[in-house]
Amino acid sequence: MSISGSETQVSYLDYQGKHKGIWSWLLSTDHKRIGLLYLYAIIVFFFVAAFLGLLMRIELIAPGRTIMEPQTYNGLFTIHGIIMIFVIVIPGLAAVFGNFFLPILIGARDVAFPKLNLFSWYLYMIGAILGVLSQFIGGGAPDTGWTFYVPYSVESSTNVIYALTAAFILGFSSILTGLNFIVTIHRMRAPGMGWMRMPLFPWALYATAWIQVLATPIVGITLLMVIAERVLNIGFFDPALGGDPVLFQHLFWIYSHPAVYIMILPAMGIVTEIFPTFSQKPVFGYGAIVLSSLAIAFVGYFVWGHHMFTSGMSYNARWFFSFLTFIVAVPSAIKVFNWISTMYGGSIDLKPPLLYAISFIFLFMIGGFTGLVLGSLATNVHTHDTAFVVAHFHYIIFGGMGFAFFAAIHYWAPKMFGRMYNFRVANIAWVLNFTGFNLLYFPLFIVGLQGMPRRSYDYLPQFQSGHVLSTVGAFILIAGLLLMVYNLVRGARKGEVAPANPWKGVTLEWKIPSPPPHENFDDIPVITSKPYLFGNNSDNK
Amino acid sequence: MSVHNTHAEHIDSETGKLGMWIFLFTELFLFGGLFLVYAVFRAKYSAEFHIAAGELNAFIGTMNTVFLLVSSMTVAMSLTAIQKGDRKLAMFLVLVTILLAALFMVNKYFEWTHKFEYGIYPGSEVLKNMSHGELLFFGLYYMMTGLHALHVLVGMVLLSINVVRIKSGSVNSNHYLMLENSALYWHLVDLIWIFLFPLLYLIT
Repeated sequence: MSISGSETQVSYLDYQGKHKGIWSWLLSTDHKRIGLLYLYAIIVFFFVAAFLGLLMRIELIAPGRTIMEPQTYNGLFTIHGIIMIFVIVIPGLAAVFGNFFLPILIGARDVAFPKLNLFSWYLYMIGAILGVLSQFIGGGAPDTGWTFYVPYSVESSTNVIYALTAAFILGFSSILTGLNFIVTIHRMRAPGMGWMRMPLFPWALYATAWIQVLATPIVGITLLMVIAERVLNIGFFDPALGGDPVLFQHLFWIYSHPAVYIMILPAMGIVTEIFPTFSQKPVFGYGAIVLSSLAIAFVGYFVWGHHMFTSGMSYNARWFFSFLTFIVAVPSAIKVFNWISTMYGGSIDLKPPLLYAISFIFLFMIGGFTGLVLGSLATNVHTHDTAFVVAHFHYIIFGGMGFAFFAAIHYWAPKMFGRMYNFRVANIAWVLNFTGFNLLYFPLFIVGLQGMPRRSYDYLPQFQSGHVLSTVGAFILIAGLLLMVYNLVRGARKGEVAPANPWKGVTLEWKIPSPPPHENFDDIPVITSKPYLFGNNSDNK
Repeated sequence: MSVHNTHAEHIDSETGKLGMWIFLFTELFLFGGLFLVYAVFRAKYSAEFHIAAGELNAFIGTMNTVFLLVSSMTVAMSLTAIQKGDRKLAMFLVLVTILLAALFMVNKYFEWTHKFEYGIYPGSEVLKNMSHGELLFFGLYYMMTGLHALHVLVGMVLLSINVVRIKSGSVNSNHYLMLENSALYWHLVDLIWIFLFPLLYLIT
């Protein structure tokens, strides 16, 4: 494939449209600028929620009251969860890197509906700000946990309605982004890019987008029903009025389990881009990765019941959900196999993006295996609602999605900002992040197995050593995160100018200048071969 | 010329329609959640659902069904008219569609206020003294028809924009994506009602 250089075009960062200054960002329909808008918002909200998490860890360093009242703690874990899940993890990778790189990777000038894309960002901001506000206004911070379980979410006198509305709006934003991406992938691929010539990050986004579109409305209507229940006393979930609280749990997890795959599929897609580049070798088992993405999206739709093994379900329903939970682990394992095989025999270049991608595999596997502990009926009874669950999903969500986010930002920052960051500082930050992360969450597996309940403000003295280790880990992790962000920001502002292709990558984004010009491509490229063909691999045609 | 929006302005009709279809899927799933809740409670309280459904006025329901079915036809006809270049007829048919939608809403208004007079509304004392099944039936009735009515209103706004656009000529025999998508949306509103009607009115 050949692509003409775009030296004649100005970069999207310097481009002046009809609006000037801040409005050239806030009213821009350029997918790259919208991607950055999401990125900046997510960084701010991430540090807000991480700070709340740190406060919780400080509280838990010793039994009894340390720095806050129990009700404050309840508010903290609720808002920490709502911001992290609905504002950062679910939209995160798709909204930032999907927006920025999906059109470029498929050889398009923008997404299918650029104005809708900007509208999604505004919805996102409204929802996110409403979510944060619910912590501070009126009746006090919501204390239901991010899962809004009834009947408590109906009875609690705190700002639950604000939080529910925020989650509803964020869901709507997520639906519109998913819709946009599906149509973009269907209609805007460059000439010659058949489905099986599409890079794997777009494939992952495609699978994700279908989950966003088909699962999110269910949680939307469920949240509306809880709002109706609070405002109008309708009683769908209130046993006193004939309703059924377990029904709420079903409806909630019908969305919220697939939501886990909304988080992890783009993460898998990103590391799938990184391994070939830093091994200088075609991805191993392209077809298997595509199919496993689709299989995860499909099977992931039918495993929600494993959140409810102790809530009261028939035996048949329980073994069915447990069985499907084990099935969904298979395509995930296939991907791990493919990533390792991609590296095998390649010329590995251990740059920061690859470090994060490899730690993604490591952390994701710990999260995945402990997920099977939770997915088996017998062990679930023991570990249900313990700190073991907290450790498990932080390994999946933070170790998986979070580290993939860090991998992505280290991989693509030179392209996005046109400047390099300092590798040495990035490596030090990685060491701090990786050590801090494991020290923070691994002890929670152990105290969880010993019986430490989750969402608990207080605990028995025998769990203290685990909690102390965990809190120390939290401080190391925060230090690592700050160092990482400092390094990236410094790099983006003052780093040395990045070449168009610093990693010798072969996908389309590396064939246009860094940072990309406003219209991405002067001429839309014509695709004549499959992706990930490196110069020395003629046998893979 | 503004270079800024060059890639924003060219949404071809296939792309636009695909987006609309996917949006309609999400709408189906949104209502699907309510249908699921309906199914659960109908199975649990089937006798009481039958009694409660007897309170609804099947005549008004049937009238509304006719309004919506005819309006689906007129909106489809307006699309054919615009394709054939007859803007006047297209505009007339869209206006008829809006009128039928308005009649539907008027009917709905009288139906709801009539219920309110009997004290049948969410959280009322009358409802609280009814059996659980009846209470949930009316909860579902208000939630489902309320959400549906909201969609009717959105549809009316969309169709009104079409009237303006047809008049100004920006919806014409070459560019009628907006009308086509609005018609698709309107058919969805109709389709949801086709399910609501028997489930709420005809199960006595």
